[in-house]
Amino acid sequence: MRKLEENIFKVLMILSTVLISSTLFWIIYTIFSKGLGSLNWDMVSKIPEGGFYIGKGGGILNAIIGSLYITIGSTLLGLLVSIPIVIYINIYAKNNSLLANITRLSYDILFGIPSIVYGAFGFAIMVYMGLKTSLLAGIITVTLMIIPILVRAMDEAIRVVPEDMKNSVYSLGATRYETAKIVLRQSIPGIVTAILLSFGRAIGDAACVLFTAGFTDSIPTSLDQPAATLPLSIFFQLSSPIQEVQNRAYAAAVVLTIIVLIISITAKLVSKNLSKNKI
Amino acid sequence: MKNIRLIKDSIFSKVFFTLTILSISTVVLLGLGLYYKSIPILDSSSLSKLLFSSEWKPFKEAFGFYPFIMGTLWVTVISIVIALPLSLLTAIYLSEYAHFRVRKLVLPLIELLSGIPPVLFGVWGVLVIIPIIQDYIAPHFVEFTTGYSVLAGGIVLAIMIFPLIISILIEVFDNVPQELRDASLSVGATQWQTIKKVLLRKSVAGIIAATVLAISRAFGETIAVLMVCGNLAQIPHSLFDSGYPLPALIANNYGEMMSIPMYDSALMFAALLLFVIIFLFNAISRIILFRIEKSTT
Repeated sequence: MRKLEENIFKVLMILSTVLISSTLFWIIYTIFSKGLGSLNWDMVSKIPEGGFYIGKGGGILNAIIGSLYITIGSTLLGLLVSIPIVIYINIYAKNNSLLANITRLSYDILFGIPSIVYGAFGFAIMVYMGLKTSLLAGIITVTLMIIPILVRAMDEAIRVVPEDMKNSVYSLGATRYETAKIVLRQSIPGIVTAILLSFGRAIGDAACVLFTAGFTDSIPTSLDQPAATLPLSIFFQLSSPIQEVQNRAYAAAVVLTIIVLIISITAKLVSKNLSKNKI
Repeated sequence: MKNIRLIKDSIFSKVFFTLTILSISTVVLLGLGLYYKSIPILDSSSLSKLLFSSEWKPFKEAFGFYPFIMGTLWVTVISIVIALPLSLLTAIYLSEYAHFRVRKLVLPLIELLSGIPPVLFGVWGVLVIIPIIQDYIAPHFVEFTTGYSVLAGGIVLAIMIFPLIISILIEVFDNVPQELRDASLSVGATQWQTIKKVLLRKSVAGIIAATVLAISRAFGETIAVLMVCGNLAQIPHSLFDSGYPLPALIANNYGEMMSIPMYDSALMFAALLLFVIIFLFNAISRIILFRIEKSTT
């Protein structure tokens, strides 16, 4: 009797594990089988031509470039803010000080705030500062969203640097700033993983840029122009009643899937390979 | 000249300190900014009317969020009901039964799943879940549905929150000391009894924290839900009714909100509502998780 219950649950456990791990393949398979047929070179190399949204020619280059601009811009800006924070709470602040713990808690909370709230907040700031929907507004909003991801991931990477190593650097007479540089160098794999993580989140997010970056058929040439993004391009094309436009949404989904998979898999490989060289 | 190094050190100390303080205050700023934008709507109608009235007529300045709040609750509850048992079973299996090779194979897949953008979950929901509901599930229960329903939203959300719940649960289970398991096994308990009586009982707080975090994730998810829920401003009465969760409402109306008076304030109030609830949920569960981590190390 005792064995029977255990065995029933064991079967259920294996079933749910298989189900959950196979959803990834199910999603990728669905998107590829639906979208690969409509994916062609024009899709990724041209911007929308006249009548694109009623099924005429062109591609989604505007969205690909727009997404890259926003993602790269916000990741750089995010690093500029988050590296000092991570250094402060790990090197300058005393071990497990109140400030460090409050900072960690705030970032855990900010990490959980949904992107639509960041989007609404970004929109409020935008209106307040008299900006229009633009690349700049999009970058600022996405930066706000990814700083928590960067801080949390880098904090984890830096925290595993052995205390002994920091102490031996100090004992050579280094200041905290100099120690920080060495600790950072030691955590490069973790930092790269953090960057890739936030890159993946930023390129896939739609709710943040919906209000702030706008949408356009051309490639932005300056920060005050609106920018199209891949997720929004998928979303808008999918809401069209025309079959051809919908097919292009699926093809755009294939493009986004490939980009995201490359980023995630690279992140995994980086954290695996580089950390082997650690002491 | 040694002072230059020390001066550099103290300058950076101050700059980094200021940045840290400023960045923490984002939490406060987010709340204040959204509150500031929702003052007009809070002035013009009472809080209880905003929360519990079903009248949604932006042109008449009637903003009752009740249908949207109910829509959000429906999809959230459905997603948790689906995701929690499956995630619990998976997490127990991975941390207690599975060979480490299986764990090493499955965990990266779950991690990859968490990196899939919401819009792709939406596309998948439209292509797979909607037809399944429309053709196979719903006909047994109701006469007609388009498939775009709170059930579809709940299923898609459940898959989106699997990775979050599983990763937290595995961490919680790993924090339960091995000695406790050994003690239970050594007095003759089976592995399953040990799991039920020791592991799960020790992990109650962690399981609650994981669930609360998952609820708040489901609460705020926007694009995927927007694509599969049908978006009718009505109170859902069954699994197969359309719903219109709050985040979808905000996302769908950003275009018009500047042209109708009070509309933008109403939508900002919706965002404030999401922020406050999710802030509280996150704070509670993070503090619980922090305590668990601290108690074992």
